[in-house]
This record gives sequence, C-alpha cells and structure tokens, in this order.
Amino acid sequence: MSHAATPKLGSTPSQTVGPYLAIGLPWEDGPTVVAKGTPGAVWIRGVITDGAGAPIPDALIETWQADPHGRFDHPDDPRGAQPGFRGFGRCPTTDDGEYGILTQLPGALPGQAPHIDVSVFARGLLHRVVTRIYFPDNAEANASDPVLASVPEERRHTLLAQKTTDGYRFDVRLQGEGETVFFDV
Amino acid sequence: MTASTESGLILPKYRRDPEGTHPPLDSPDYRSTGLRHPKQPLVLLPHKLTEVTGPLLGPGRLGELDHDLTRQHAGEPQGQRIIVHGRLLDGDGRPIPDSLIEVWQANAGGRYRHVWDNWPSPIDPNFTGVGRTITDSDGRYEFVTIKPGAYPWKNHDNAWRPAHIHFSVFGTAFTQRLVTQMYFPGDPLFFQDPIFNSVPDEKARQRMISRYDHSRSMPEWALAFEFDIVVRGREATPFENEEDE
Repeated sequence: MSHAATPKLGSTPSQTVGPYLAIGLPWEDGPTVVAKGTPGAVWIRGVITDGAGAPIPDALIETWQADPHGRFDHPDDPRGAQPGFRGFGRCPTTDDGEYGILTQLPGALPGQAPHIDVSVFARGLLHRVVTRIYFPDNAEANASDPVLASVPEERRHTLLAQKTTDGYRFDVRLQGEGETVFFDV
Repeated sequence: MTASTESGLILPKYRRDPEGTHPPLDSPDYRSTGLRHPKQPLVLLPHKLTEVTGPLLGPGRLGELDHDLTRQHAGEPQGQRIIVHGRLLDGDGRPIPDSLIEVWQANAGGRYRHVWDNWPSPIDPNFTGVGRTITDSDGRYEFVTIKPGAYPWKNHDNAWRPAHIHFSVFGTAFTQRLVTQMYFPGDPLFFQDPIFNSVPDEKARQRMISRYDHSRSMPEWALAFEFDIVVRGREATPFENEEDE
C-alpha cells in the first residue's frame, strides 16, 4: 500500500446557514427534481420541527438520489451514466415549516433498498444533519437493508415515508419525541 | 481485502474529519442550537454509492452577473469594493474543478435583503448580496462584491456578528457538501461570537478567516481577500474498507 505523497489539508469547518439562507440558496427549479407532468413523478412533502414541536420556517432540505434505474449520473458510479437525471432537489421551508420535492422514486441499488439521502440546513444548525428516506412499498428490500438494520428498531420508522394521495410524507423532527434518525457521514 | 460488496462495486471512500474540526450541534452559547440539535447519537453511515456520488451542477445554474455582486443593479452599491478569490481543494490538496460555489451576505451596513432583517441600517437598492460561480480547471473561483458590515443580533448582551460571507460548496460527493462562513482578518468581534467560536479546534477556526491579498488588490478600485476552501479528501486507497465486511 502506498501513502499519498501530498500532505493532508485540514477541512474548512462548517457554519450555520443563518436565518437569511433564503436570499442565497433557493433556486426556482430547486424543488422539482423532475418536471411537473413527468410520468411516475411523486411529491415528497413534510414539515421540519424543533424540540418543542414548532415548525421551522428558516430551514432548507436538499435531496440526492439514484434515478429510477438505480444509477447516478456521476463518474464514481462505475456502471455507466444515465445522463439527464439531476437527482438533486432543494427546497426551503415555508413559514409553516413545510417543504416539498417533486421527483421520481429511486430504483433499487446494489445491496441496498431504494432510498433518498437528505441534508437539513437551518438557523441553529451549525452543521447540516443527514437522514435518509425509505419507502413503505419496498418492505422486502427494507428488511434486508444494511443501513436500516444498523438503526435501533424502535427508531427505524422515522426513516420511512408514508404514502399520501400524490406521493409521500416525510417529516423531520430535529429533537425530542419521535426524533428523526440522523447519520454521521 | 477489497471493498467489493455483494454487487462487486469498488467505491472510493472519504476520510472523516478529525474531532474538533466542525462545531458540535449542541453549542449552548449559540442559543438557537438549543431546540435544534438532535439528542440521540448519530448513526454511522457507511459510504455507499449514494454518499460517494453527488450532484455535479454546471454552468446552467449561473446568470451572467452572478459572480459580480456589484453589477447586478442599475447603480453601484455602497461600501468598500472587494475581490474574494481562492481555490476549492480536497484534503489532499487536489483542486476540485467545475464545482458550483454560492455566496450570500449582508450589505456594507450589515443588513440583509430579507424581510426578517429589520435592524435600522438602510437597505441598499443596488445590492442583493447573492452570488454564484463555478470553479475553473484548477479549482479557482472569484467574486467581486462589497465588504459586508457587522450587525447586532439578540443572542446575548451586546452581541454582534463579525463581518462574514456565507459560502456553499458541493464538492464532487455527497460527503463533501459544505456550508460555511468566510471571515475577515483581524476582526475585533471574534472573541464574543458564539458561531465563530463554536469550532472547537483553534487551527480549524483560523481556516475560516480569509487572508488579505495585496497582490490581487486593484489600484483605485478594490481590496482583495483570498479564501481557500478545503473539503474532505479520499481515503488513500479504496482497497481498504473496514466498514464493508
């Protein structure tokens, strides 16, 4: 094994997005990973709440996921790109703490159940927190998913979206009763 | 030993940052963390396909004047014009090219163009405070903007935020996503700022402070500050993968 010749640089620390993230981060097309009217498109909607159960109006979520074939348009997906699927969504919360992302469901991934990675940013969060959305339709794949298996059973439900009329609901609770499982990436 | 999973994929992995590099989510001196930090321990997420890939967001996201925050309106904004430049690097010093960098900031008087910001310093009609650019093939980026002012907030008695510019970078993988703040050298307000001081490691904290760069200051036009941003490097070899048994 060879060692890298270049000296390692320390990472730049994370800082909060602050209360005024809404001037800098949102994009007009951020919430629509796929265009409205795309076959199979679903809305994933939810509310982000704090430890007192209050909705957070100055938060933003970002989503990252495989395309419906389970692939990523990225050089480190060695199976070959499926270009054109952005795979990335971004949505600030409303005054009521709500967000919504329009996307297509990710396809099956090698050795893992279909899922969407989620970053949550907010005033008061000095570093993003990361969670995953899993889908109730994939009960069998979920049962053998290694990441879900690493989460205490009584908390796994916080990673499972619930079916709604136009897609899914996925609430994020930063603290307290029913606190969402967050991951150390 | 290889990193091959049941699928036979061999994926890069990213080094985790040393303790103290990033602020703890529970930082009581910054009061807003109180109800917003998870109380349960974080669960270790192995780096799988979703985490080693990430959005590669190209020039399609940029408007023509997004890199020059002083030219986005009919007139010139108030304040001290500055050039902010630097490189986006990974932890091994490798430049990260073609990567979207987004910034937002207060105006010269320390006021944000946001409905919630109502501290009595005037809004500048010629300054929105939002910029975007893409790193070049050497990972370099550059903005022209106005030096933001300090501003008061209600966190503690006589609380003032040091002047800062918010930075958002994607890197090339989900693991490299970073939102941070760039500060200015010699700011007298560091000592009392719980956000700046939330970073436990003194050396890491210094990495958020830009460097005055006289070689890039422009005569009779602008001061320059250099700010390199470092996101996590990859493991030296993808063939050691302790987490994938």
